[in-house]
Amino acid sequence: MGNRTIIPFGPQHPVLPEPIHIDLIVEDEKVVEAVPSIGFIHRGLEKLVEKKDFIEYVYVAERICGICSFIHGQTYCQGIEEIMKIEVPVRAKYLRTIWGELSRIHSHLLWAGLMADGFGFESLFMHSWRVREHVLDIIEATTGGRVIFGSCKVGGARRDIPPEQMRWLLSELEVIEKEMRLIADIFLNDNSVKHRLCGVGVISKEDAIVLGAVGPTLRGSGVADDMRLLKYAAFGDLDFQPISRPEGDSYSRCAVRCAELFQSVDLIRQAAAKIPEGDIAVKVTGNPDGEFFSRVEQPRGEVVYYIKGNGTKNLTRFRARTPTFANVPPLVKMLAGCELADVPVLVLTIDPCISCTER
Amino acid sequence: MIEEQTIIAVMPETLAAETRKMKEQGYRLVQICVTRLGEELQLDYSFDLNRRFVNFRFRLPKTGARVPSVSGIYWCAFTYENEISDLFGVQVDGNVLDFKGTFYKTAMKHPFIQDAAPAPVPAPAKPGDQ
Repeated sequence: MGNRTIIPFGPQHPVLPEPIHIDLIVEDEKVVEAVPSIGFIHRGLEKLVEKKDFIEYVYVAERICGICSFIHGQTYCQGIEEIMKIEVPVRAKYLRTIWGELSRIHSHLLWAGLMADGFGFESLFMHSWRVREHVLDIIEATTGGRVIFGSCKVGGARRDIPPEQMRWLLSELEVIEKEMRLIADIFLNDNSVKHRLCGVGVISKEDAIVLGAVGPTLRGSGVADDMRLLKYAAFGDLDFQPISRPEGDSYSRCAVRCAELFQSVDLIRQAAAKIPEGDIAVKVTGNPDGEFFSRVEQPRGEVVYYIKGNGTKNLTRFRARTPTFANVPPLVKMLAGCELADVPVLVLTIDPCISCTER
Repeated sequence: MIEEQTIIAVMPETLAAETRKMKEQGYRLVQICVTRLGEELQLDYSFDLNRRFVNFRFRLPKTGARVPSVSGIYWCAFTYENEISDLFGVQVDGNVLDFKGTFYKTAMKHPFIQDAAPAPVPAPAKPGDQ
């Protein structure tokens, strides 16, 4: 047995845009144990629900995260709508699906850039983020915002996508899809990339379930579980099957995300072809009285909101279990036994979002 | 209704045994959630198997709440158990990775069982204000 040393990783680290700390216990160059530490920037947004009107709180929910902001708002609205038994217009459900999948594409491209930067492939990083800007342009044109869309509200959507803009959106997606094929091709087939990812940080199917993994981290271990199968929004009308791979290593998790980029494009095309005419919102009256666990698939995995109302304008409880929070224990397990040099790449394979975690 | 959600009442004494049964059936631990209801705390342990959502629920007094850890069954529970300990002051007995109150760096102890400070009242408009 070599000498044991504790190496602090984070909270400030070149691969970490946000603060998380891991104590890496190493023997020579091998990590034998990892102890995570979060909570550096805990914002207490859940507590804020006691002061904010439940309608206003959509704006807070959207600000839990700057990447999956729209889906946070959608999860919150769906929860309130379930409690208040509000039937959202079908067109609004399709609009939510389209914006949600655009969010997934830009989130996965953001991850692709960070991942490429993590293993030192700078041109791939810049290329990924250049394409992501194109997706943000679509989002800006259809919602008015690039990061915080503000287009989801309790009872439906705030904005519509007119037919001519939908045609423009689809034509732009064709260009983006071609660009993403080039990026995915490098991620999946480049020897230097595969050398860093294949066989590194393996989590078995059984371990992924017991460790509570979600999203591409779970599906990359061969579990075809995805909350979109709950058929919320318009997913009940669309042809959708989760993407999974059996290997359970870093390459597998990356391959799932790469495949999901094109799956999201396909889902947007399906939604655009089927979206019906009609209203985009219904009037909301009264206050929520009841409870619901609202579950939605974010780019990083299942997000769970527990919402409890007591018939007043302020909720009794709002609790968000975000995907990165669930993926911390699997990360800790995959770090044990890896080489010290693989730690930054391994951390990025769960696509950590500390902003979500520190809600 | 997006999905059926089963809520099962359990006792803190039987929590570990019931949780072990869920693991044996292949359920994933989704979350542990605490809700303050006046002078009581409501604890929810949520599980999922192929999108079948099952929730264990029980209540404890707000002051001096203690629960047995389930981190020996689901190791990943250590994050949730540290969270409920730091934010709600719930004493978790036997957590395999106990941060002893340092998981979250909060300005006050157990902030989520404190009464919310009243929202600031906007200052009255002065004559001449736009």
